[in-house]
Amino acid sequence: MAQKINFEQLNETLYHEQMENGLHVYVLPKKDFNKTYATFTTKYGSIDNQFTPLGKEEAIKVPDGIAHFLEHKMFEDEQGDVFQEFSKQGASANAFTTFTRTAYLFSSTDNVSENLETLIDFVQHPYFTEESVEKEKGIIGQEINMYDDNPDWRVFFGALENMYQNHPVKIDIAGTIPSISDITKDLLYTCYETFYHPSNMVLFVVGSVDPEQVVEQVKANQQQKEFKAPEEIERFFDDEPNEVAKEKQVIHMSVQTPKCVMAFKEVDPTRQGQELLERELAINILLDLMFGQSSKNYQELYDEGLIDESFSFDYSAEYGFGFTSIGGDTKKPEALQAKVKEMVESFKAEPLDQEAVERARKKKIGSFLKSLNSPEFIANQFTRYQFNDMNLFDVVSTLEQLSIETLTDVANEHFDFSRFTVCEVKPESFVEE
Amino acid sequence: MKEVQEHIVTINGMNVHIVPTDKYKTNTLVLLLKAPLSKDTVTKRAIIPHVLQSGTEKSPSRQQIRNRLDEMYGATLTVDVNKKGEHHVIAFRMDVTNEKFLNDSTPLTEQALALLAEVLLNPKVEGEGFESKIVEGEKRSLKQRIQSVVDDKMRYANVRLTEEMCKEEPFGLSVYGDEQAVDGVTASGLYEYYQQLLTEDAIDFYIVGDVDEKEIKDKVSQQFNFPKPRELAAQQHQMNHRDVKEEHVVFEKQDVKQGKLNIGFRTHTTFADQDYYALQLFNGLFGGFSHSKLFINVREKESLAYYAASRYESHKGILMVMSGIEFANYEKAVSIIKEQLDEMRKGSFTDGEIAQTKAVIKNQILETVDMPKGLVELLYHNEVSGTKREIKDWLAGIDSVTSEDIVGMANKIQLDTIYFLKGQEGE
Repeated sequence: MAQKINFEQLNETLYHEQMENGLHVYVLPKKDFNKTYATFTTKYGSIDNQFTPLGKEEAIKVPDGIAHFLEHKMFEDEQGDVFQEFSKQGASANAFTTFTRTAYLFSSTDNVSENLETLIDFVQHPYFTEESVEKEKGIIGQEINMYDDNPDWRVFFGALENMYQNHPVKIDIAGTIPSISDITKDLLYTCYETFYHPSNMVLFVVGSVDPEQVVEQVKANQQQKEFKAPEEIERFFDDEPNEVAKEKQVIHMSVQTPKCVMAFKEVDPTRQGQELLERELAINILLDLMFGQSSKNYQELYDEGLIDESFSFDYSAEYGFGFTSIGGDTKKPEALQAKVKEMVESFKAEPLDQEAVERARKKKIGSFLKSLNSPEFIANQFTRYQFNDMNLFDVVSTLEQLSIETLTDVANEHFDFSRFTVCEVKPESFVEE
Repeated sequence: MKEVQEHIVTINGMNVHIVPTDKYKTNTLVLLLKAPLSKDTVTKRAIIPHVLQSGTEKSPSRQQIRNRLDEMYGATLTVDVNKKGEHHVIAFRMDVTNEKFLNDSTPLTEQALALLAEVLLNPKVEGEGFESKIVEGEKRSLKQRIQSVVDDKMRYANVRLTEEMCKEEPFGLSVYGDEQAVDGVTASGLYEYYQQLLTEDAIDFYIVGDVDEKEIKDKVSQQFNFPKPRELAAQQHQMNHRDVKEEHVVFEKQDVKQGKLNIGFRTHTTFADQDYYALQLFNGLFGGFSHSKLFINVREKESLAYYAASRYESHKGILMVMSGIEFANYEKAVSIIKEQLDEMRKGSFTDGEIAQTKAVIKNQILETVDMPKGLVELLYHNEVSGTKREIKDWLAGIDSVTSEDIVGMANKIQLDTIYFLKGQEGE
């Protein structure tokens, strides 16, 4: 019997079971939904480029972009293209690679158990040939070029390059055309064997399913397969100082409106579990208080023509790196930076407005509930939380408990201009008004 | 699938569509204002919803409106403008948490309804017009929005193809209007047009969620008091199908690394037509999915592109192919794409592939129904096209398509314009 976890206020029940080989399986039934969405995720992303291969003694360094390349190649097997199999069963399949995870997924309104079987089987069956690896280099080369023409992507990665001196989070997830040229089928197998062990993976199914049946199906599937005994994966990262690598970078592109991203690099980013959850939620609330659409700062920046609706902010953190980014399109990047700095400083200098904090808290709770409408959100976020030892369903209670003292401390520690950087994208001949 | 219940009533000259369901944790309000696309009004219509959400009589600034939304447990209000065939549609969308899931019994949906009515009907005014500070701010934002399309190359290529292909049709107009025309917009002129829009636009109001029908109808009729009585606007559904006399080819150069190849076809078929289902099947087999001819031949076999896909506009009947390629591969990509159309015309697809495509399309429709916004989008097709196609009819329609229907559609489709955005190198 799978373990049952009730979230009463949310009217949700989550089922969990760990398979003998270490694989965690979660099922969240959603009555009335037509759709079932499943993700099969490995804790392996673009930053995992130095590690000891399974069963080996010595650490190796692999080419940039290999986790993403591997994601592309997983869809091919002896019979051809796995996408075909899914669409024959009426499903749409996809995959994505982030800094820390690679996820494979399908969504379908019919043939759920067939699709689930296909998902598990293809991810647990690598098949690479020299020829297909070479062919993929052309496709991924075009993917890289596409992102190279995208100013939003460039300005975001520019800010990451500014922040990080050594950490691989500063490297584009897809790598570069020269780096992917070094990828071989043998290297793909090495990465696969190390990181796609069931004990390093989570399967999450959400939708109109019977949880016990799903768990039984996965169990039967896993029992037919043999896996090596799990080993702790050794990943290596060069030391990363708290200071940013560069305070500013300007990238020239042919854009009509410049883009500007300002970022704060997280200090000692090794938090996990509840500590990380609290940190994230606190920074999110602080950002909303400072620059949310209902803040006086937003109104001021908007009225002065320094921002438009593309203006946004975000905090992202995983083990080993973390940062806040703030920015968007602006006709006056210099003026915007000056103003934002001033606003952050004066925000820190004043006591927090209790009423505004309560409002921001309410808003966060509401938008969290809203996001539970989305099977994609639940599966993707739950998995990310799980990989960081946090629980998605602790969000509301953690938000309710965040104290003014915690918020004040986090504001002073995180929004520190000694770890601040700016990246701009603008045309060569740009002159600010 | 659970049947979708849509109850349509006329209240104060609006079509009010109530869809009661307890499937979601939120209630959703979508207000859609539709008028013909025209050069004279397109720019004003692109600004109006942004001005309206920037201040009401009661909450005269954007910040105050946003504060009220936050108080309502982070209710969201978004506005945008869309083209639906030759119509320009202004959309206001609100999502509000169902109070059942909160330890707080504030009537959030009622508050949301009131705020939406206020935003639409009681804007902040100054003399004979909207507040000029708000209008000036929104003119600036609209210009930036128009320019940002140029910076997003995929979108830009799409917009440029549409402009080139539909030069002489309203559909060729950009949904955000014209950058030069923005300067000519005044606070009073805009207000005058706004009053006209309130009287003349066809308004559809969707309310999806865990609501009591009777109660909601009463609230809507109390809150939505139009300044002038509204007649239920006559819906126009005429569609002019242009015949293609010759293929147009347009090249443009910019400082880009990847070429954008976009090709427009006339399908002479819209949502209102019976062979719309065949068009959906055609698109699915041709370029809609990862098992389609374009994906397999342009991407998988030749490694020419990361994406190679086709999409159609349901109310204009235009189908567009889009792909990102190396500049030097232009000829090769065009000829492969044309070959795939020929293959479709010859009927080179199997019964298995047809079944596969039907399954994926039906899956897509059912998935869309799972999201309140998607559901409204599907239901609104009926209003725009003057049809009455229920979700179950749609699914059955997809099932009924035969191989001959698809070949018929492939032969009805005509290539109109090829647009290629390429780099400046080598010049």
